[in-house]
Amino acid sequence: MFISLEFQQQNTNEKELSRVTCWLLGAIITALSIALTIALLVTDKAVPGLADLAAKNLDISGVENPVTAVLLNFRSYDTLLEIAVLLIVAVAILPTQSSTTTQFLSVDDKIIISPVLVGLLKWLVPLAILVGGYLLWTGAYSPGGAFQAGAVVAGAGVALSLAGRHDFLWQTTKARVALNLGLLVFLLVAAANAIVTGTSLQYPVEHAGWLILVVEIAATLSIAAILLLLFVRLKKIAERSEQEINQ
Amino acid sequence: MSAEIIIDIILSLSVLLLACLTLSARQVFTAIVLYVSLGLLVTIIWVRLNAWDVAIAEAAIGAGLTGALLLVAWRRLSNEAAAKFESSNDVY
Repeated sequence: MFISLEFQQQNTNEKELSRVTCWLLGAIITALSIALTIALLVTDKAVPGLADLAAKNLDISGVENPVTAVLLNFRSYDTLLEIAVLLIVAVAILPTQSSTTTQFLSVDDKIIISPVLVGLLKWLVPLAILVGGYLLWTGAYSPGGAFQAGAVVAGAGVALSLAGRHDFLWQTTKARVALNLGLLVFLLVAAANAIVTGTSLQYPVEHAGWLILVVEIAATLSIAAILLLLFVRLKKIAERSEQEINQ
Repeated sequence: MSAEIIIDIILSLSVLLLACLTLSARQVFTAIVLYVSLGLLVTIIWVRLNAWDVAIAEAAIGAGLTGALLLVAWRRLSNEAAAKFESSNDVY
């Protein structure tokens, strides 16, 4: 998207060159796609996949949904690293200046917004949080899970932020705790496992169920906070540049 | 041909068409809207493939939050473009 905007500006000066570049890029991408397709066709079909293996071992995973079992038990190292990557993104976009307030969510009643919007938010935000909680809980035995739940809860925050009355302060301790909780709890569970069973992310069968639930609750909070942080920060930056133009 | 295969063919063709439209859209805003619609179609395809977990994730993150993030970024970009336009007017 950023590149396309730059391209449009360049087009006015050097039309010929950019068109040649476009064709060249197109040719390279087409050649790569054809090569990939041929590689796919030439490669032998994989031996029976891991799906059977996962289904067979579902009993010892602590959950009934095979997707959750794979994500948070059989291959939980992947999920751990995913949450770490998300946290790195959050650190990159966190506001740098410090703040004296301790309240995470602040409301400015002086801003007048449509009463219809207020009424909608009163229903929509609790509903979204409820749906998030449901998705999290249901992830143990049917489709759902931490990422989906986190995204829905973040959606509630996005709605609040777009309405204009609410502001989120990411410098507060609460916000920092919410951002880090997922990774911290995951690492703590891994460390506790390493001490008890000897292998860091291999849950003991009788405790697997609730350990996965604890990790998922913490991960949901962090994922929601990080996704919301991304949106709110980008919105702030856009608003600031608008103010600069108006001045 | 059964009805299911026809639906699948229509779905896959429209995803390809939408992808082409998204890539070739002249305006950034159009591209974003097309991209969000692409995400919704892909959600239906995940449902057809019986991958409900991925479908929910695609609808919530792929179509919903990514769309919101792209729109906010677009707002910032159009501000910058407007500022550049104004400053170039000052010079001439």
